[in-house]
Amino acid sequence: MGLAYRAGKVGRFLWSGWAGLSGLAVFAAVWQLGAEAYGSFVLPAPAETIQALFRLAADPDNRILVLSTSLRGIAGFSLAAVIGTMAGVVAGYHPAIMRLARPQVTLLIGVPPIAWIVLLMIWFGMGAGTVIATAAIAASPLVFVGAAEGIQTRDRGLEDMARMAGLSWLARLFQISLRQMLHAVFPALVMALGTAFKAAVMAELLANAGGIGGALANARSALDVEAALAWILLSVTALISVEYGIVQPLRAEAEAWREAAQPWGVRR
Amino acid sequence: MTLLQLNAVGHVYLGRPVLEQVTLQVNQGEMVALVGPSGCGKSTLAQIAAGLIIPRHGQVERGYARCAFVFQEPRLLPWATVEANVALGLSGLPVARSERRARVAAACDRVSLEEGDWQKFPSQLSGGMRQRTALARALVADPDFLYFDEPFTALDAALRRRMQHLVVATASDSGKGGLFITHDIHEALRICHRIAVLDRCGHGILECVAVPETPGHRSEEMIFETARRLISDHPLFAVVEEHDERRLA
Repeated sequence: MGLAYRAGKVGRFLWSGWAGLSGLAVFAAVWQLGAEAYGSFVLPAPAETIQALFRLAADPDNRILVLSTSLRGIAGFSLAAVIGTMAGVVAGYHPAIMRLARPQVTLLIGVPPIAWIVLLMIWFGMGAGTVIATAAIAASPLVFVGAAEGIQTRDRGLEDMARMAGLSWLARLFQISLRQMLHAVFPALVMALGTAFKAAVMAELLANAGGIGGALANARSALDVEAALAWILLSVTALISVEYGIVQPLRAEAEAWREAAQPWGVRR
Repeated sequence: MTLLQLNAVGHVYLGRPVLEQVTLQVNQGEMVALVGPSGCGKSTLAQIAAGLIIPRHGQVERGYARCAFVFQEPRLLPWATVEANVALGLSGLPVARSERRARVAAACDRVSLEEGDWQKFPSQLSGGMRQRTALARALVADPDFLYFDEPFTALDAALRRRMQHLVVATASDSGKGGLFITHDIHEALRICHRIAVLDRCGHGILECVAVPETPGHRSEEMIFETARRLISDHPLFAVVEEHDERRLA
């Protein structure tokens, strides 16, 4: 696991970005077709939107808005990750608790975020608390289900092996069970991060709590479609930065063995 | 000195008895093979003896300080390297980091795992190398008792023979005690000091036969002749050759 290995890994990861860029190019082409069909008032062209994005990003006040939304989204996601994982682990170990928790999860998933926003605005006011709580409530069921699934589907044979090898129950929990849970938790965390960002922007817009949501509300009232699209792109850029800057590197570190398990030809 | 004593052990799965009145004793320096047809409860008995399953009836007395278990599948941690998997066998022991490394290296050497493979993940190893890693993990803490639950069933004949020699060299011939579950009479004759035959329905040990000479010093002719004699002349050993699993009630 030397420096050359890490450099190679980062290089391969960056190189794999070409596939993502080509996918984005296809999306941009469809967008361009739409812009040409409906005109720039309804749907501005991608190039115009990107120019608007750079204009917005050049303003330090706008950068603070993006940062504030990102921090709120990350705070909500972190809360969801901690609470969802802990509850999921407990439910995964105890089928009775799982049976009790299932309806609550369905309830959390089924209630539209707008309903939570109304309640949370009453409880927390029109500030960051409402935004963070909305993001956490929207994202936590996903993490819960992922963690519970990961624990339920763990290989119990490995736990017997660890018991015979002399590991205490706490060591078995951290070294064997939680480690096995990761394969189900990381996809859930990626979903939860996207949900947390979406819920944060929506809560900002509806609760008039500033951030990207507040800026989107302003663009809506001014009927500035170009600015609205540019803000959406900025929010997606912030989400992608957090996902590929924090979550995916953690995943790559924890699941390095999976790359070794892949057959040649699939790795790159 | 008795390292393992099973007294009238019995167990029930979903209301159906799988083991009844099983009594067995394993002394220090003795590797006992437990043979019987598939589905007769050999693995359950080994897991009861090792403490992985609590028996419904009877008592288990363990006179050893530390034991290790080699399962039918290697049961390696897929996210850990060979070195880390072997080091797992030292869990719970107060071993300094430098000594830990030395003991892991010694265990890997004993099972002929080359140093170039120590940093590989299990998915990068062959079936034999994985099972050798599992054996190294069992041996690294120098346990005084070893459980083997049909550890070489999934290996080809040549590799199985090599692994059997490895067990003889590292366990049977080193004064440790052990219980070796197998349904291969030749394997039992090659590795063990005594062979216990479990009833096809798990109703006790039918017979316990001492094998002449010590493991590692028996010729192939002697092993094949003894196996032939046991199966043809000894009606109790005929059950070992049965292939039908016990039917579900």
